[in-house]
Amino acid sequence: MDTVIASEPPLLATEGIAKRFGNIRALQGVDFSVCAGQIAAIVGDNGSGKTTFIKILSGNLRPDSGTIWIQGVSHAFLTPKQSLAAGISTVYQDLSLDDYRDVAANIFLGEELTYGGLFLRKKEMTRIAGDLIRDLNIGIPDITLPVGSFSGGQRQAVAVARAVYHGKKLVIFDEPTAAMGVRESAAVLRLIRSLAQKHMAIIIICHNLHQVYEVADQVSIMRHGKILQTTSTADTPLEQLQQMIIDADEVD
Amino acid sequence: MRNKRKFHFSEYFQSLLLLGVLLVLVVLLSIYSDAFMTGKNWMNILKNHMAHQLILAVGMTFVISTAGIDLSVGSILALSGIILAFALNAGMAIPLAVALALFSAAAMGAVNGLLVANFRINPLIITLGSASVFRGLAIIVTGGTPIYGMPQEFLQLAKGDYWLPIPVLMAAVVLGAALVLSHCTKWGRYTLALGSNCEALRRLGVNVAWQKVSVYALSGFLAGVATLIISARLNTAEATAGSGMEMNAIAAVIMGGTLLSGGKSTLFGTTVACLLLSVIKNGLTMLSVDAQYQEFIIGMLLLLAVVVTDLRQKRLKRSGGDAAPGAAIPKSCSCDAGSDKKTV
Repeated sequence: MDTVIASEPPLLATEGIAKRFGNIRALQGVDFSVCAGQIAAIVGDNGSGKTTFIKILSGNLRPDSGTIWIQGVSHAFLTPKQSLAAGISTVYQDLSLDDYRDVAANIFLGEELTYGGLFLRKKEMTRIAGDLIRDLNIGIPDITLPVGSFSGGQRQAVAVARAVYHGKKLVIFDEPTAAMGVRESAAVLRLIRSLAQKHMAIIIICHNLHQVYEVADQVSIMRHGKILQTTSTADTPLEQLQQMIIDADEVD
Repeated sequence: MRNKRKFHFSEYFQSLLLLGVLLVLVVLLSIYSDAFMTGKNWMNILKNHMAHQLILAVGMTFVISTAGIDLSVGSILALSGIILAFALNAGMAIPLAVALALFSAAAMGAVNGLLVANFRINPLIITLGSASVFRGLAIIVTGGTPIYGMPQEFLQLAKGDYWLPIPVLMAAVVLGAALVLSHCTKWGRYTLALGSNCEALRRLGVNVAWQKVSVYALSGFLAGVATLIISARLNTAEATAGSGMEMNAIAAVIMGGTLLSGGKSTLFGTTVACLLLSVIKNGLTMLSVDAQYQEFIIGMLLLLAVVVTDLRQKRLKRSGGDAAPGAAIPKSCSCDAGSDKKTV
């Protein structure tokens, strides 16, 4: 198996992560790692275990066995709180937004700034949210509107802004461009690249190999709950990766 | 980029509609009856019709904004009233008896909350069941006979006056606290988020189950507060107390503009709706209209409020719905503010 040799210890690594749902072995020993500043893509068919894997990283599922290493500290499992506290946040495919609330309320959901743990510091949250949206260069004309009134790209951007605010170290994207047009996808990919430039680690799950090649440094092919191969996008041409995926199919 | 909150007319449309109906009604009633537009009568409306209803409706507003419902508040009101009466008759000090009644009411609400949080059963079914259980218990422990006679000091709760009648003060305090809770605290935000995207809240590490328990417990607690007013006014606790009150509370909340599907609530709307319902009851009594008409009129008003709001939303969507292409809008009204700019 090819491995990408990184110059520094990985921010996040997993070893032998396994998970069963009844008789279905969703994950059968996943070894994976990603470093700060690196964009790691996971590709694979529906049902290959990608979503189960990121749910384990975000603390929404407990693995049956295996170890998660975050900056050298080992964990048997994570809770959503631990995962967030470790600087990991996830942009889900459904975006997990509260459509009736404004941008600031969504960005700070679960991590509200308060006076004495009780009263919300609304003005401050709105100011920080505004700065964050400006920093990320996302075009949202009025951040006081409920996010339910936004376009798909703007909603995605709010979810990303939240992930950046909560996550700080590692942001996981589950199909970030799935329901988007060309222009909006390009904007989201640009946003993802800019996060990596800020020395954040990124895991991106994506079906579109062209988009993967646009942003990712490394690609892992996942199949039947295992990572079959991890390769660097710089060393492997797209055609070769496609061939690898087809070969993986034939091995079954 | 705007980051100053603008007044969005659409958000308040339904409440303002009710306010309009209320104003028309007030004008009509004051023409028909000289006694209507008097300070004494308004105090009567607030004290005897509105206070307990508003307290129940405030609790119901929180419950409904989580996409839940609580059909058991009437039964909680009855059972905690009986607990109060037993405690007072057994010679317990009034503050202790009141605390016991409030605590038991909150506990009954918490039982609802625990069931709602831990089982994938619709809150409608759970609270329908618990309503029967609490009402049944109330009948069993009293044998169906009302308990008369509370201590004189306790009756002051309904008769007493500190600048305003005590029931009115209690309702005002409850409403004020609810407004603060709803708009200025994490708890208020999480309660709304339970209704609009519970899964998102869970993923962000919030203890969703506890949040649900606390909302239902608050609803129960407020039913306990309402029972204080009612038992003091009637000098009685009985197993049939509060029956049907949950329906009035639900009607007021929905008329006010809180979404039954959760995620969006308005305590202002709830208050206006409660006032409207109280004025209707009082006005019809003054005009000596048969009590059966009250039901009919309240039902018609509820339908009018929701139908007019829905029609308006459909019109807004047609004229401005394309303002947000690709926007995922799970519920019918979340595009309000977005389409607002074009049409209003």
